Amino acid sequence: MDLRIWEHPILEFKRDKQVHIYLEDKKIDAYEGETIAAALYASGIKIYSKSVKYHRPRGFFCGIGKCSSCLMRVNGIPHVRTCVTLVKDGMRIEYEKGRGDPPITTEIEVEEEKLDTDLVVVGGGPAGLSAAIAAANLGVDVYLVDENPRAGGQLIKQTHKFFGSKDNYAGVRGVEIAKILLRELKKSSVKWVLNASVIGYYENKRPVLAIAQENRKLIEVTTRNVIVATGAQENMLPFPNNDLPGVYGAGGVQTLMNVYGVKPGNDALIVGAGNVGLIVGYQLVQAGVNVKMVVEAMPKIGGYLVHASKLRRLGVPILTRHTISAAKGKDYVEGAVIVELDENWQPVEGTEQEIDVDLICLAVGLTPSSELLFQAGCEKAYIPELGGPVAIHNEDLETTIDGMYLAGDVSGIEEASTAMMEGRIAGANVAIEFGKERSRAEKLREESFEHLNALRKSPFSERVLKGKERVWKMWRELK
Amino acid sequence: MSNYEATGVLTLEDLKDRLPPKERLEKGPVAIIECIQKIPCNPCAHVCRFGAIKKPSLVEPPEVDYDKCTGCGECVAVCPGLAIFVVNLKYREEEALVTIPYELLPIPEKGEIFEALDREGKPVGKARVVSVRRMKDKTTVVTIAVKKDLAMVVRNIGRKIE
Ligand SMILES: Cc1cc2nc3c(=O)[nH]c(=O)nc-3n(C[C@H](O)[C@H](O)[C@H](O)COP(=O)(O)OP(=O)(O)OC[C@H]3O[C@@H](n4cnc5c(N)ncnc54)[C@H](O)[C@@H]3O)c2cc1C
Ligand code: SF4
Ligand code: SF4
Repeated sequence: MDLRIWEHPILEFKRDKQVHIYLEDKKIDAYEGETIAAALYASGIKIYSKSVKYHRPRGFFCGIGKCSSCLMRVNGIPHVRTCVTLVKDGMRIEYEKGRGDPPITTEIEVEEEKLDTDLVVVGGGPAGLSAAIAAANLGVDVYLVDENPRAGGQLIKQTHKFFGSKDNYAGVRGVEIAKILLRELKKSSVKWVLNASVIGYYENKRPVLAIAQENRKLIEVTTRNVIVATGAQENMLPFPNNDLPGVYGAGGVQTLMNVYGVKPGNDALIVGAGNVGLIVGYQLVQAGVNVKMVVEAMPKIGGYLVHASKLRRLGVPILTRHTISAAKGKDYVEGAVIVELDENWQPVEGTEQEIDVDLICLAVGLTPSSELLFQAGCEKAYIPELGGPVAIHNEDLETTIDGMYLAGDVSGIEEASTAMMEGRIAGANVAIEFGKERSRAEKLREESFEHLNALRKSPFSERVLKGKERVWKMWRELK
Repeated sequence: MSNYEATGVLTLEDLKDRLPPKERLEKGPVAIIECIQKIPCNPCAHVCRFGAIKKPSLVEPPEVDYDKCTGCGECVAVCPGLAIFVVNLKYREEEALVTIPYELLPIPEKGEIFEALDREGKPVGKARVVSVRRMKDKTTVVTIAVKKDLAMVVRNIGRKIE
């Protein structure tokens, strides 16, 4: 079986060099640049682990290294996140038993490196890239870290042209915006490292970040400033069998089909008609998947009308006031039950419908990935309008820890366009702190605020703005 | 709540204040912009060489000066919402042309016949491909001929028939 997409209306998938990996003893074709999870999926293997207590099958869910569904044993090392680990020829992959055995050999060599810089940017999505480029171009020494094998964050999965202002890449496809930012990054003085997770923050006179690269290298960076731009993670929805392989987050589906070119299923149900659900629906059709319908619990579609219309024109129904009530299947999704909701969000009796799908894509919101900020000790608040737990910050993206900033979805779920502006503001602020290129930095900060405010004038931003105003106020009260 | 917020489908009623006047429609190709919400977006206003599209602000819906619009179709290719079409009622006695943005495979070819789909994706007739433009960014701009009375109904193509 080969579930790879070889022809796509927008994307081209580079598959230059074929390699082989082994799952237990089975030889599996893979291509250089694929992650283990993507290569396994492409050959039809959709179960990566079993739950410890009830041995229920687990597929992947998030596809970006943030959940733990795809942990496997790789070359003797337990608990490897196969969705962010690239294949290497001859790799041995095994299912873990129970909680997983410790490594068989104690001779795993771990390298160490110590670095010193002015600014560490955590996360290489639109916010992190913009922050790093802005600060570096203003004379700051920048080190950028991203835990995925490719930089660009959400952008590298977006086949659609982005909204926003023409001055800032509107009308350009997400994948192309990522390329533009990466070219700017390469032109700048930023040093960066991929496949590397920032796993902790501590202080030793100055802030120090601990970074683990490919399970092999520990990098300790002493710095003055930190900008956290770690993005967000997918929300789950409670319903029976929601842990079956085949129930995936929208971002996971996108990673699989648009980054690695693997078809996630044949017939799909999408849960959630916000922009993410609508766009993923459209992208699934582009990838050759039959999208049966989108269900949305609210009485109206949350995303932009133009995105909804695009999908409707393809004949995909959008059912508002409907939700999923169960997934069906034994080892893998074989169907879903949907049901109508009344004004009190209660299922209307007798409206259950079973639909034949092998893919259930959840697009029910994102939660800021605030772990690092909280571990570092930033004051936090639960702000539903911003997606849940966020580090308290001000308009200038400063947290309650001196020298520590945040930008992008981690400061509240918004858009790539706003993430880029926040990144620039945070980057410019670090430069201002350093007193480097002060007037240019101030100018960039001003301009970025202007763009950001213009973007937030839409009624779709009202809710976020309300949340933002609340955290800004909290910051002022704390400081 | 307008109904389109629940359906995702605009009706001609929803669009009535934004469509070109009948006389203009009958004069030849003209842009039909089906983007009526306040969203932060403006590539359409930037691309029009004739200054026919104005966005009063980044979020205000676009406004078209139908006297300036030549129906060139540049805006169809750039709109990230795939919300702009060009309609040409002057094409033939029986047929009108509709220009649509298309981002699926296979790429239509001139002369092929497809199902003509309405705003809900329902087949309403046949569409003959009259011209195909492949843009650098991989958007395909397809012009189809449909029965004249379907010019304001057809907004997509479906299965290939011939
Ligand atoms: C389907 C979909 C469609 C969208 N469409 C649009 C659109 O049309 N227009 C628009 O403006 N926006 C759109 N967005 C939103 C946009 O993609 C996000 O708002 C934007 O990507 C947020 O940027 P970010 O840099 O904050 O986070 P991300 O893009 O999520 O990047 C975060 C990065 O941080 C890295 N990271 C996380 N934790 C760590 C760690 N501990 N160590 C190292 N690295 C880490 C991750 O690997 C990732 O690369 C869309 C989003 C989705 C899902
Ligand atoms: S069709 Fe051409 S002239 Fe008319 S609005 Fe679009 S770009 Fe301008
Ligand atoms: S480019 Fe398209 S989506 Fe954007 S404002 Fe213009 S018509 Fe609307």
